[in-house]
Amino acid sequence: MMRRLADGGLIDRSQELSVRVDGVRVPAHPGDTLASAALAAGGWLQTTSTVHGRPRGIMSAGAEEASALVQVEAPWSEPLVAAPAVEIPPQGLAASTLPGLRGRLTGDDEARHDRRHAHCDVLVVGAGQAGTAAAREAAGKGARVIVADRDFLPVDVDGDQVTVLIRTTAVGSYDDNFVVLVQRLSPERRRVWHVRAAELVIATGAYERPLVFPGNDRPGVMLASALRTYRERFAVAPERPAVFTNNDDGLDVARLLDATVIDLRRGRTVVGTEAGPGGLAAVLVAPVDAPDDAERVECDVLGMSGGFDPVLDLHHHRRGPVRWDDRRACFVPDGALTGQRVVGSAAGEGLPEVAAGWLLPGDEAAAYVDLHRDVTVADLRRAVDAGLSSIEHVKRYTLAGTGADQGRTAKTNASAISAELLGRRAGGVGTTTTRPPVEPVPFAVLAGRARGDRFDPVRTTPIHDWHVEQGAVFEDVGQWKRPWFYPRDGEDMDAAVLRECAAAREAVAMMDASTLGKIDVQGADAAEFLNRLYTNAMDTLKVGRGRYFLMCRADGMVFDDGVALRLAEDRFLTTTTTGNAAAVLDWMEEWLQTEWPDLRVHLTSVTEQLATVAVVGPRARDLLAPLVPSLDLSAKSFPFMAAHDAAVGGLAARIARVSFSGELAFEVTVPGFHGHELWRALWASGEPLGVTAYGTETMHVLRAEKGYVIVGQETDGTVTPLDLGMDWIVSKGKDFVGKRALRRTDTTRADRKQLVGLLPIDPHVRLPEGAQLVDVDSAPPAAMIGHVTSSYQSAALGRTFALAMVRRGSERHGETVYAPLPEGTFPATIADPVLFDPQGARRDG
Amino acid sequence: MLLIPCPWCGPRDEIEFRYGGEAHVAYPADPPAVDDLELARYIFYRGNPKGRFQERWVHQQGCRRWFNLVRDTVTHEIAGSYLPGQGPPA
Repeated sequence: MMRRLADGGLIDRSQELSVRVDGVRVPAHPGDTLASAALAAGGWLQTTSTVHGRPRGIMSAGAEEASALVQVEAPWSEPLVAAPAVEIPPQGLAASTLPGLRGRLTGDDEARHDRRHAHCDVLVVGAGQAGTAAAREAAGKGARVIVADRDFLPVDVDGDQVTVLIRTTAVGSYDDNFVVLVQRLSPERRRVWHVRAAELVIATGAYERPLVFPGNDRPGVMLASALRTYRERFAVAPERPAVFTNNDDGLDVARLLDATVIDLRRGRTVVGTEAGPGGLAAVLVAPVDAPDDAERVECDVLGMSGGFDPVLDLHHHRRGPVRWDDRRACFVPDGALTGQRVVGSAAGEGLPEVAAGWLLPGDEAAAYVDLHRDVTVADLRRAVDAGLSSIEHVKRYTLAGTGADQGRTAKTNASAISAELLGRRAGGVGTTTTRPPVEPVPFAVLAGRARGDRFDPVRTTPIHDWHVEQGAVFEDVGQWKRPWFYPRDGEDMDAAVLRECAAAREAVAMMDASTLGKIDVQGADAAEFLNRLYTNAMDTLKVGRGRYFLMCRADGMVFDDGVALRLAEDRFLTTTTTGNAAAVLDWMEEWLQTEWPDLRVHLTSVTEQLATVAVVGPRARDLLAPLVPSLDLSAKSFPFMAAHDAAVGGLAARIARVSFSGELAFEVTVPGFHGHELWRALWASGEPLGVTAYGTETMHVLRAEKGYVIVGQETDGTVTPLDLGMDWIVSKGKDFVGKRALRRTDTTRADRKQLVGLLPIDPHVRLPEGAQLVDVDSAPPAAMIGHVTSSYQSAALGRTFALAMVRRGSERHGETVYAPLPEGTFPATIADPVLFDPQGARRDG
Repeated sequence: MLLIPCPWCGPRDEIEFRYGGEAHVAYPADPPAVDDLELARYIFYRGNPKGRFQERWVHQQGCRRWFNLVRDTVTHEIAGSYLPGQGPPA
């Protein structure tokens, strides 16, 4: 049994901290880890193993722990934490041991984790001897140094430009020395550091490796160096220890603890262990060449040392090469990467020479290679006998090295024993790859403050408050919050939308159109530039007039649409689809910079600078007229697609006759900070007319009734303007990006999907958007000939309707297709996509 | 994460940039005149070498300007950046 010594160690015996494991009190002092406190109390944090259900206890004194993984319950909550790496905080700690090394997630992590970015000349990871020396040397030269160490012991490096981070693990190393650190700020809170270092010094030390003999997994069998750490740092020591070693470091530990020595180099091995109260009762020791000739050696704890493995995770993350070192029996770095150095034990320096024998005699089914995954030598032999000869395959077959401990103490043994079973030299089957993160990092820590409302920016229009006051239901469009519909008392969505649609068709209605992307295109070559990008001509557009346009990618597929308003000879205000505004600006910039740098054009996003209100319906003129006494709004002097600057209710505004509903409509645009005032003025003027506010759903229904497409709804990157039946907007004369592609054999196929209207035979059936369409009303298989892109209930048509993309659709008007759905198969008639007011008689009111 | 040398801003983190594919794939000078194969080469065909690659990047979250980069697709080592319209460094 381990016990605490009366003095010594780096612990503060004057203070008691409260620790509870599985509800039982464990005495602890500042400076203790959960493991040292448990050992000092005579326990092992004993639990059962994952697969075999064998008793297991603490086997290490650090993050390499494969057995004592506990559930921390308070003051923070985290599953599968290595007990030897858990510092006891001042407020104490509660933990539990879950059988089978399971973890349990307990509710949300509400701590305020955060993130920091840093640059430095030298980042030193690991503050042991080598790391401390490297950091001091760099600091002495005036370099900006960051030293990170996973432990909580003080680090002795000083300097004006030195940042020491303890309780900090480097969890990943990425291109160009970008290293991610996770620092524990308090028991609950952590900080993620994104560090860009000119030089990375890897001083992460080495982990001791177990020896693989029968019964090596029992509580009471520990790494020999862990016994040294518990003795020297925590003043916890066994009463009757033994040490089983194949190297001189193990002998050092034996001397320190006055332990019985079992030296593999002298032909002696352990063939079994016996459990006893508080650890072991004895181990069975035999000559390697006569394993049945065992003698019983009494001991309460057995230290084992199979040599040391450099900790090379950060080196591996960057695919740093390693080679097998025969004398020390481990993988060491084979040269450093650009801007990196591996120093100290991590480079193999000072590690003891090992007289290796990997396969020890005795029961292979009781000799554990991976304590976490319960993988034995017998399992490795089964894998090799099954024909596997690569360590990566052996790993996947046996799961050796795949546990939450990342196989830190298992992987070299697994590699070397597999090699020996295959008759190859140690190191001959290579080593497995380690990937970030070095230790589990909770998602809450990575998310930091970017949670809830801060997960993604929310964009609202200047009129947003009004929509909220009116009880609008909002829809997310990109990052924008747009009113979806405005339910009145007791209305559901369908009822609200029908009412809003009827108002726009029969009286007057208003919509906040401020989210539409807006790009100000200026310069002597602005018209030429737009001519090259848009499918229709812009140079012929008169100042003060607007024109609807389409834009294609070079492959001829529709990319965006909008309205360009010519404000001056050398200036256009163009709109984009709400969700596409950034992509369109990028697209235009790309052409301007990379293909046509000679064009004198400047592009400016003005989406947020302007607020736009659409006033829609046969009585739109009546609403607007009182506010613009100076302007004649008649169709004759203010025709469709014209624009005028005028004061609206005293606010400087631009009025454009643009319609996305087929109705008489005015879009009134003011500087953003006047948006709310404009809306209120228009609303007040409309109240005597019974003005109705409408949202995006009504907008969608109104435009679909007219067969107007929405880019991204009717189109999906595989649809040309011709597929939409919009050849009228494709210039016959001038060239534009994508025009040549419209003559490719694929884009001219007759059996392409084309835009159609769809009228379900049952006028109450609303087909779901995305529904597939087939030609026959029979059991599958049936060829899919198209799909529904938009589907609504229409107030104006008094029935449901849809838009769809259907193979050869434009020549199939009047034919019947079927939508096979889980609820049944629904027939529908193909129709022209313009289902309402095909003559366009309503546009002028 | 790469440290990318923007020719205008200097070295910046990769997250500030957007990738633009292979460099020196010019838009046809006279698009209506090209045949289907030439057009397909412009639209669809791109190199995918193991090793040095000339590629386009845009400093999206910085100066918003396009430039070219020579990067090794295996080691991610960056040999240098240069302006659009220029040839790669030797």
